[in-house]
Amino acid sequence: MNNTPIISPNDSSEAETSWMRLKEFWSYFYENKGAVAGLCVVVFVILLAFFADVVAPHSPIEQYRDYFLKPPAWQEGGSWRFILGTDAVGRDMLSRLIHGTRYSLFIGCIVVSISLVSGISLGLIAGFFRGWVDTLIMRIMDVILSYPSLLLALVLVAILGPSLTNAMIAIAIVLQPHYVRLTRAQVIAESSRDYVTSSRVAGAGTLRLMFITLLPNCMAPLIVQATLSFSTAILDAAALGFLGMGAQPPTPEWGTLLAEAREFISSAWWVVTFPGLAILITVLSFNLMGDGMRDALDPKLKRS
Amino acid sequence: MIIQDLSPFFSDNLIPMFRFLISRVGLLIPTFIGVTIIAFSFIRLIPGDPIEVLAGERGVSPERHAQLMAQFGFDRPLWQQYLEFLSKLLHGDLGQSIVTKQPVIDEFLTLFPATLELSTMAILFAMIIGLPAGIIAGFKRGSIFDHTVMTTALVGYSMPIFWLGLLMIILFSGILGWTPVSGRISFLFYFEPVTGFMLIDSYLSGQEGAFRSALSHLILPTIALGTIPMAVIARQTRSAMLEVLGEDYVRTARAKGLPPFRVIAIHALRNALIPVVTTIGLQVGVLLAGAILTETIFSWPGIGKWMVDSIFRRDYTSVQGGLLMIAAIVMVVNLIVDLLYGLINPRIRHTR
Repeated sequence: MNNTPIISPNDSSEAETSWMRLKEFWSYFYENKGAVAGLCVVVFVILLAFFADVVAPHSPIEQYRDYFLKPPAWQEGGSWRFILGTDAVGRDMLSRLIHGTRYSLFIGCIVVSISLVSGISLGLIAGFFRGWVDTLIMRIMDVILSYPSLLLALVLVAILGPSLTNAMIAIAIVLQPHYVRLTRAQVIAESSRDYVTSSRVAGAGTLRLMFITLLPNCMAPLIVQATLSFSTAILDAAALGFLGMGAQPPTPEWGTLLAEAREFISSAWWVVTFPGLAILITVLSFNLMGDGMRDALDPKLKRS
Repeated sequence: MIIQDLSPFFSDNLIPMFRFLISRVGLLIPTFIGVTIIAFSFIRLIPGDPIEVLAGERGVSPERHAQLMAQFGFDRPLWQQYLEFLSKLLHGDLGQSIVTKQPVIDEFLTLFPATLELSTMAILFAMIIGLPAGIIAGFKRGSIFDHTVMTTALVGYSMPIFWLGLLMIILFSGILGWTPVSGRISFLFYFEPVTGFMLIDSYLSGQEGAFRSALSHLILPTIALGTIPMAVIARQTRSAMLEVLGEDYVRTARAKGLPPFRVIAIHALRNALIPVVTTIGLQVGVLLAGAILTETIFSWPGIGKWMVDSIFRRDYTSVQGGLLMIAAIVMVVNLIVDLLYGLINPRIRHTR
């Protein structure tokens, strides 16, 4: 209780500096046209996901039996009723794509959250305690990294059973070592700084040191990594869906849409082209945004 | 600056180099044990007991079940099973495929050259385009060329390659009719494999059109598999160039009035390529993951397709063996890259 008066002025000045840092970050980020474009598309995709029911012209699973494999509106035989055409069982492509945004963003959020939380925890433990705990954790991460990520995810799904949930768990496990390594390196670099020592001398407990003193100062590269692995998560989940090991039909997940479209590759180009384009645009936007964030946070590039 | 004088390698630096080698190999041992534990646990982690897993959907009678449990040693303690698994492994025995009853190692070795050929072509493709593009983009920073290369690289980096493969099939095989859709060579040709590399074998066979056929089968999968490494290499090369171009010795070289080409080729490039070597080496994992997708799309008979097929056929011993072999390949290549990095960058070697 008697701590409060000491901490509160401290806090307000801290809030002010972090506000300044945010403003500085934004001014650098804003200079990068690609990053801003990426951000705009990401916001657009998020809005689409939220309002999918309102925006989509049809239900994503309703089958119009008179309209199998109709081409897009601008092509001969297409109609404006189904702007991007219909698939093999008469479902509206556009509506399925719009609803697909929900799955991709959902996958990205869940995968990044799981791998971020467990990766940060393990990285903090490894970097803070060092010694055999560190060795053990890092060797386990080395083992995970010795497999090509998609292969390990595929095998994990084979063990757990093919479903969207299991695909997300598998991808999270595969992505986690990157967070562990990043957090550990940051923690080790920060641990020798004066503010950590003073906090330790002031009697801060282990947990407080780890999560309140150290962690906030390690966050910047982690946030960038999180943005970039959002795109990896979407790509890997789509790849698993494409191989039949991710979301199962009739879920309108983009990779699964591509898997269903494979047989019509020579007859109906639109069922193959649009889902992949949706994946590409979304992943590209996240990568543009992540690159912009990294450049804005990287002091080395600011110099030049 | 770097490999001007080779003599230190062979005299007083031999011991640190050797120590470096030992320490890196030593790091691999626990990782390799971890990899074997994962492969060992794989069959045991699949829901249902191992005999039911191995028997598949046919099922077994209770007596036969007990007999098989004893025969495969599943009734013994786990650590004994693991040790036996390990000793078999060290003798090159990865067990038998459940489906084909062939030794897993034989199947792997038969199919591996196809993947090796595809991956080699893909990484060559990635380097031939990625390296010059990155070098020029770095040298002409901010130019239209730089922007074009970086945008293309980012698009390539974000590419779902399974979709790229499908699009190329639609365009080049479907609409234009230039390339075949699947396989390694037209069924019109047959010859005994010599090297396992279809390009070389078809050339050696001397049959007219065989080489052309092999090449045309290889082109689309190569592009699909090489796209992501190409993007990564271009980006990495550019940033390495930018870093080196800011160094004092490059400024000195420029101030001396050396022509730009000489500054790049002699002074900058050598040092810029050091991190790029690592990047190229690290693409092995990316290539093997990409091979899973690329080989599936183009029906390329390599280990990527074999792994996917084995998973779907529930051929778990094959999956287990493949997991082990692939991880071993990635680890060995990473070790080589690590050592190579130590060899071309003396700063690393000396600090160890």
